[in-house]
Amino acid sequence: MTDAKTEILARIRGALHDTPSAPAAERTYRVASDRAAAEVLEMLEDRLVDYKATVHHETPESLPGRIAELLGASSRYVVPAGLDRSWLPEDTAARRALTDPNDARAASALGVRELNAVDAVVTSSTVSCAETGTIFLTGRPDEGRRAISLVPDHHICVVPAATVVELIPEALARVTPTAPVTMISGPSATSDIELERVEGVHGPRRLDVILLG
Amino acid sequence: MSRTALGMPAVRPVHGQGNLHASTAFPAAAKAEMGNTQMRANIRHATHTIRGKRARVAGELPDWEELRSAGSAVKEQVMARLPELLEQFEANFTARGGTVHWARDAAEANRIVTELVQATGSTDVIKIKSMATQEIGLEAHLEEHGITATETDLAELIVQLGHDKPSHILVPAIHKNRHEIRDIFLAEMAETDETLTSEPRDLAEAARTHLREKFLSTSVAVSGANFGVAETGTLTVVESEGNGRMCLTLPQTLITVMGIEKIVPTFQDLEVFLQLLPRSSTGERMNPYTSMWTGVTPGDGPQDVHVVLLDNGRTAVLDDPAGRSALHCIRCSACLNVCPVYEQAGGHAYGSTYPGPIGAILSPQLTGIESEQNASLPYASSLCGACYDVCPVKINIPEILVHLRDEDVRTRHGERSDEGAAAAPARTRRLPQAPSQMDLMMKSASFVMSSGRRMALAEKGLPLGRAVAGKDHAISWLPGMAGGWTDERDIPAPPKESFRNWWAKHSEETEQRVAQDGGPVSGSDAAGPETDTQHDEGER
Repeated sequence: MTDAKTEILARIRGALHDTPSAPAAERTYRVASDRAAAEVLEMLEDRLVDYKATVHHETPESLPGRIAELLGASSRYVVPAGLDRSWLPEDTAARRALTDPNDARAASALGVRELNAVDAVVTSSTVSCAETGTIFLTGRPDEGRRAISLVPDHHICVVPAATVVELIPEALARVTPTAPVTMISGPSATSDIELERVEGVHGPRRLDVILLG
Repeated sequence: MSRTALGMPAVRPVHGQGNLHASTAFPAAAKAEMGNTQMRANIRHATHTIRGKRARVAGELPDWEELRSAGSAVKEQVMARLPELLEQFEANFTARGGTVHWARDAAEANRIVTELVQATGSTDVIKIKSMATQEIGLEAHLEEHGITATETDLAELIVQLGHDKPSHILVPAIHKNRHEIRDIFLAEMAETDETLTSEPRDLAEAARTHLREKFLSTSVAVSGANFGVAETGTLTVVESEGNGRMCLTLPQTLITVMGIEKIVPTFQDLEVFLQLLPRSSTGERMNPYTSMWTGVTPGDGPQDVHVVLLDNGRTAVLDDPAGRSALHCIRCSACLNVCPVYEQAGGHAYGSTYPGPIGAILSPQLTGIESEQNASLPYASSLCGACYDVCPVKINIPEILVHLRDEDVRTRHGERSDEGAAAAPARTRRLPQAPSQMDLMMKSASFVMSSGRRMALAEKGLPLGRAVAGKDHAISWLPGMAGGWTDERDIPAPPKESFRNWWAKHSEETEQRVAQDGGPVSGSDAAGPETDTQHDEGER
């Protein structure tokens, strides 16, 4: 008996008995933005808010204060090892950053139950698409491994202004395909009951996006 | 259609098995479903909600039509280059530490997945909603082998807890409203009590609490895939709730079942489909979460990663050039939401995993039109074309429906002695039949209508029809297969006299009447081009 792969490939070749030829797809859709940067940023904010994320505008100076405010006085939160520490507020007795080494195999890596017990996570991001309100995480050192931005119920995500593009083709062009990619458009949601969208299921129910200018 | 081709290999495509066959053919199933007024009200409400959202977000993009054309062209290319693309995908996925398996049919795919789960020692798996695993009946197969699969998508969970069947591609529990869902949760979830309301927000919260521990403790996940990128070996899952991310991230082992048609050539191609799919599907600019993974990422996510490439009848669909574009489907379900037949009959009436217009062309092709139960599916349409208009990859569903009706008729007449008939699973194969009532009626009609004299003679019988119609001028019962029409509606009484017979008596009066009306010319072709021109000018 031939193996499954050989047989399936032979079936496909048999099915293509008419040797169909298909011309290359014409990419006549928009692949590059013609909007000013400020306009694109405004669009991103509009789309994020529409899908129930909260948006904040900060500078490097005001960023730690904003993060402190979003975390609240009492918080144990996780950050990826590569995150710029100058973004974060000073630890206090009640507010403490836990650093995850970005490698689940490391002894200091937080287990899923520890992640489930923390109050929040702070990460950076790779690129954001304004037209769809989508933030891309690709597992870089300042974004961390996928579990840390998933299990905690509150995600504070920093979006540097220079990483914002208008269109999906522009955003995907900035992504390394083989990286573990997570595209986030607002907090977790479902349309499963009567096809009406409600926010808040298994992923983080609170998404704060900080546009860093 | 001629199927002769030079150098055709000996291997023939084989039709699929699994949850693709209806137990009852559509006409009878639909009739039963239509009695469920609650279900029909639920489906009407939900499909009308989503139609408006889809139209709004599709209209938001100035290049929507260009994206549709590109999506269609990419898929056409995928079909033409499928063997090469699958092998390229396998090489890239394998190079990054993943394992690729090939499954000819549902049974083989189920066996592979079951053995992979058994090898981990786990008796529990968490599942992401997937049409492919539904199609092959994976959950039931795992159950038979002592493995419990928990559906983690909210709608699939509702179906699973309600001991129900999915009725929609995107929203399997669309036939249930919020009150019915609350009742299911109350009965089946230990964590809930009478304080649970039927607010969707509260129901989502209940699902979160119910599944949290499962996500944190289960070591094996099973998923489908929306796209597999040949160029990079990347798999993609598009979802909303975060249950997908949980399954794709936290377990040690991840097993993905993907139909062979889900391949796209390049990573860049995703820029087309990631715009088309969410807007067509949930009517959102983008779904909340999309995950991509390429084999194994050391130290991040599952370290034991598998993909099962599934045929199960797809090569049989590919075998028909007139029907193969059904494989372009990206499972958005926009065609269900606009279909007048789906709206009335609901998803269960279609029997197969794939309901609605796409199901009506996909299921009979996957199983073979020779399948007794699925042969009626191409007729489950008014051919209104709404499905074609909304399809994000421009599948011409009405055209394929008509093509399959033709295939069905030719099959029943034993006119298809080709490979297609032979490839059908034996249990569903139909033998050519003796001439049917329809054949006899058509033959008689052809005899009568091919001669003006015979037609005129036949029309002399019209007054008889008027007598049958009686005082209310309607005929509500006809004998034999013509009764299929009068089962559902009345036929108005025929006129006293046919035009043909009236004309025979009055044709001599033409010139006299034209003169009366002040017409321009005499003769038999008075209604010539001049009249047309005048009409056109009159409209301007």
